[in-house]
This record gives sequence, structure tokens and C-alpha cells, in this order.
Amino acid sequence: MNLFRSEAHITRWLGGRAPGVTISASQLSELAHAWWGDRLDPEWRPRSTQDSQAILDRLGLTGTPWQLM
Amino acid sequence: MNESDIGLRNLTYRLFVEIGRAPSADEVAVAAGSDGDQIRAGWHRLHDAHALVLQRGTAEIGMANPFSAIPTAYRVLTRDRWWYANCAWDPFGICAVMRTNGRIETSCADCGEALTVIVTDQMPDDAAILFHCLVPASQWWDDIVFT
Repeated sequence: MNLFRSEAHITRWLGGRAPGVTISASQLSELAHAWWGDRLDPEWRPRSTQDSQAILDRLGLTGTPWQLM
Repeated sequence: MNESDIGLRNLTYRLFVEIGRAPSADEVAVAAGSDGDQIRAGWHRLHDAHALVLQRGTAEIGMANPFSAIPTAYRVLTRDRWWYANCAWDPFGICAVMRTNGRIETSCADCGEALTVIVTDQMPDDAAILFHCLVPASQWWDDIVFT
């Protein structure tokens, strides 16, 4: 999981490897807040894989690379 | 993960933020009224459950996601303190965990040029920066350090 200046930098970094998934920093921040926001809650409970998948789905992060199972 | 281990996990996270670094097993033991061996055993169970990550071959915390216990190329300033994050996703996660704005400093994985991202009300100030993940989500935990 890395950050890049642009799509061209990703392509160069890949060097012919098959790409993974690319999202904007805005989408990443939205995902991070949905994913990690509860981690310091005093009553934190483990989240099920289904609930984690629901976060990805809700943010439009769909398709095989975003499937947790 | 049983109730006792969930409580240990939550205490560990609370102490991490309170003291600004990963707590030792003995520090957690004092706070829990327990002993270090019990804490280390609990941490191993939490590691197996992916609730935290121990440093390879040790009983010391490596990751309390999104926080990193060791210096990395991703750091974020929130509430007047710098924190290390595990990967490109996690400095944004630290802003989320702390429920505050932040200043992320890292570099482009390709060219190495410095990248600074200011997160205000959950929004980064540089829309051109991109996140790329090579590893499919189903394999994130196969090698979490690489991911």
C-alpha cells in the first residue's frame, strides 16, 4: 500500500507488473475514517468480515481486488 | 476472541495513545493488575486473531493498526504529536482514530519526492495524490508487513 504523485508514477513503479487497485487520496481518507474510526472506542468489539466488506461496498470499492473473502 | 482478550486489546490501545508509543507487556500488566507473562500470552492470542501484530519472533507490539510501534516511512502529526503508521492507508486512519485533523508526511513510492498531505475534516488537501495497493484484499493478512 503506497502513495504516488500521479498515475504515471504508479505505472513506472509497477515496471510491467500487473497493477492492483488505485484510488484517490480523498477516497482513501473516506475509507480510513470508516475503517479505523472506532479503534479507540472504550467498548470496541471485533468487526466481522461481513461488516468490513459492507464498508468497502458502501464506498463503492467493489470487484475482486476488494473482496475480503 | 473472548471478553478478557477484548479488554486487553482495548487497554493496550488506550495506553498506546496515552504514552505515545507501544506499551511494554509489563506496563500493561501494571495497568491491568496482571503480570507480564499473562499479557504476553494474551497478545499472542490477539496477534493470531489479527487484533494487533507482534514483531516477528517476539512478544513486543509491532502494529496496533493503524499505529506502528516502529519508525516507518509514513508519519502523521496530530494533537501536537508525531505518530508512525504502517502503510499509506494508516496515517489517514490515525487521523480517524484520533478524530482530529493531521499533517501526513511521506514520499512518492516511485520517485521518492516528499509528499505532504494536510487532512482537515477528513479531507486531504491534495486531490492529485493516489493510493495504490498491489495486494488483493483477500490476501492482506497473508503477509501484513508486506501489505
